[in-house]
Amino acid sequence: MKWLATIVIVASFALPPFFAGDFYINLASQILIASIFALSLNLLVGFGGMTSLGHASYLGIAAYVSALLTSRYGFGHGAAAMLSLSATVVMAALFGLIALRASGLGFLMITLALSQVLWGLAYRMSGVTNGDNGVAGLTRPAPFGIPLETPASFYWFVLFIAVLSFLMMAIFVSSAFGSSLRGVRDQPRRMAALGFNPWLIRWITFVYAGFWGGISGLLYVYYHKYIHPSALSITSSAEALLGVIAGGSGTLGGPVVGAAVVLLLKNFASAYVERWNMLLGFVFLFIVLVMPAGIVPGVEKLTARFRGKRS
Amino acid sequence: MNASRSDHALELLSLKKTFGGLTVTHNVSLSVSPGERRLIIGPNGAGKTTLFNQISGDLRPNSGVVRLFGRDVTQLPPYRRAHLGLSRTYQIITLFSGDTLEHNIMLGMLGLRPSRWQMCRPLSFYGDLATEAHRMLDTVGLLHLAGRPISDVAYGEKRRVELAMALAQKPRLLLLDEPLAGLSNAERSTVKSLITSIPREITIIMIEHDMDTALELAETVTLLDYGRVIVDGERDAVIADERTREVYLGT
Repeated sequence: MKWLATIVIVASFALPPFFAGDFYINLASQILIASIFALSLNLLVGFGGMTSLGHASYLGIAAYVSALLTSRYGFGHGAAAMLSLSATVVMAALFGLIALRASGLGFLMITLALSQVLWGLAYRMSGVTNGDNGVAGLTRPAPFGIPLETPASFYWFVLFIAVLSFLMMAIFVSSAFGSSLRGVRDQPRRMAALGFNPWLIRWITFVYAGFWGGISGLLYVYYHKYIHPSALSITSSAEALLGVIAGGSGTLGGPVVGAAVVLLLKNFASAYVERWNMLLGFVFLFIVLVMPAGIVPGVEKLTARFRGKRS
Repeated sequence: MNASRSDHALELLSLKKTFGGLTVTHNVSLSVSPGERRLIIGPNGAGKTTLFNQISGDLRPNSGVVRLFGRDVTQLPPYRRAHLGLSRTYQIITLFSGDTLEHNIMLGMLGLRPSRWQMCRPLSFYGDLATEAHRMLDTVGLLHLAGRPISDVAYGEKRRVELAMALAQKPRLLLLDEPLAGLSNAERSTVKSLITSIPREITIIMIEHDMDTALELAETVTLLDYGRVIVDGERDAVIADERTREVYLGT
C-alpha cells in the first residue's frame, strides 16, 4: 500500500510535461527546486536537530557565484557549477565552525546572523553583485548539448537532479552515519559516552546540507536566469523552514510536500488575495493545530486510523 | 607504590570541582586496580555522580588528574575515553526511545567502530553487529523483545538494556550509576546476578543506594561525603569503620 502510494506520487512527477501548459510546468520546476532546498534544510532541522534560519546562504552563494562567473568572467557552465559548489562547501564548512559553537536558539541566531551578513553584502557590494539590480541576462546550461530553454526540457533536467538529490539524501539519513546523526539529535551526551564525536557528526551534516543547498541554488539561478539579493534574505530561509515544518520535519516526503504547499499558495493565492502572506500564515496555523507533526506524518496517522477502523 | 601506578585501571589525583561557590569534589584521590569491584557510597548530594561525570569526561575538573589505564585523560572529551575502553550507564535512563532494543545496542557498538562514518550502508545491513546485539540481549534476558521499541518496554527492562548497551561495547572499565534504582525485588536479583556474571577482565565502579545488594557485589568501598573521601578500603573494614556509621548507615 505504501509502495503503491510512492509509485503513484513518483509517476505523477513525470506527468506535467505531457498534460500541463507552460505555466504549470514552470511551477512544477520551481516546486522541485524548492523541494531540494527544503530537503537539504531538513537534514539539519529534522534529522540533526539543528534549526537553522540561514539556509538561504548556500542557495544564494552558489547562485551568485555561478551567475557572476558565467556572465562576467566568461566561464562555461560546467566549470562555473564546479566552482560555485566548491565555494558553497567551503563556506558551509566555515559557517559550520562558527554556528556549531552553539546549539538550539544560539545556533539559530548565529545562522541567521551569518546569512544576514551575506544578504547585506549582496546588497551593498554593488561593484561585484550589482546590488539591488541583481545580476540579469544569464543563460541556462546545455548539458551534453541539449538546450534547456523550453519549460518542458528544463523540467526534465530539474526532475533528474531532484530524483538524484532525493535518493542521495535518503541514503545519507538511513545510513549508519544517519543513525548516529539521529542519535546525536536525541541524546548527545549518551552518544559521546558511546564513542561518537557529536560535534564532528553535526559539522559533516552541516556541510553536506550546505552542498545540497548549493545544488538547489544552481537550479534556482538556471531557472530564473536572474539573481537578486532577496534570494539570500531571511524570507527565503524562513519559507523553506516553514515548508519543512509544515510538511513534516525528520521525514523524507515532508519537505517536498511542504515546499509544494508554499509555492502553490504563493502562486495561486497571490493572484486572488493581495495579502497572500496572511493566507499563508493561516494555512500554517491550521496545519500546526490539526497536524502538529506536519502533513506527511499527519496523513500517515489518519490512514492508519482509517485502516484500523476498517479491519 | 609509584612503580605500580600505571597498572591501575583508574586513578584520580586530587580532583577538585566547584560549581560557583560550591565545592562538589574536594581533593578526591583514589585508585582502582584492574578487575576490582568498587562501590561508591555516600548520602544524597555527596558528589558521587559528579565524580562519575569527571571520570567519563562529561565534566572537566577544576584541577587534578584523571588517569585511565595509566594514561592522563583529564583533557580528553568523553568519546575519546570511550575509545580507550571506558563505558558507563546513567542514573536517569537515556536510551533512544523511538528505536528498537536491537537498534539501541547496535548503535552502542557502532560508536567504537570505523563504520560509524559509513554514509551509504544502513545500520541494519551490519549482520555481525545484529548477531552480537542479539547475543547481548540474550545475556540480559531480553532477546524476545529485540524488535520492540524502547518506549514499549517496562522500566526494569530499560535498566537491563542500559547494562547490555554498556557491556556490548566490551569495556575495560565499566561505570554503573545506580543500576538497581527503581527496580522490583525480582528485577533486582536478576540485575544483581547479571553484574556478578560480568567477567573479571572488566573493572567495575558502581554507585548504588541499595546497600544490602550493593555491598554483596563490592570488594572495595569508597565513602564520599560533601565531596570528600571519608573512608576508602576493603569492604568489611569500611563497613566496620566508625565514620561510615556516622555518615551513612546511621546508628
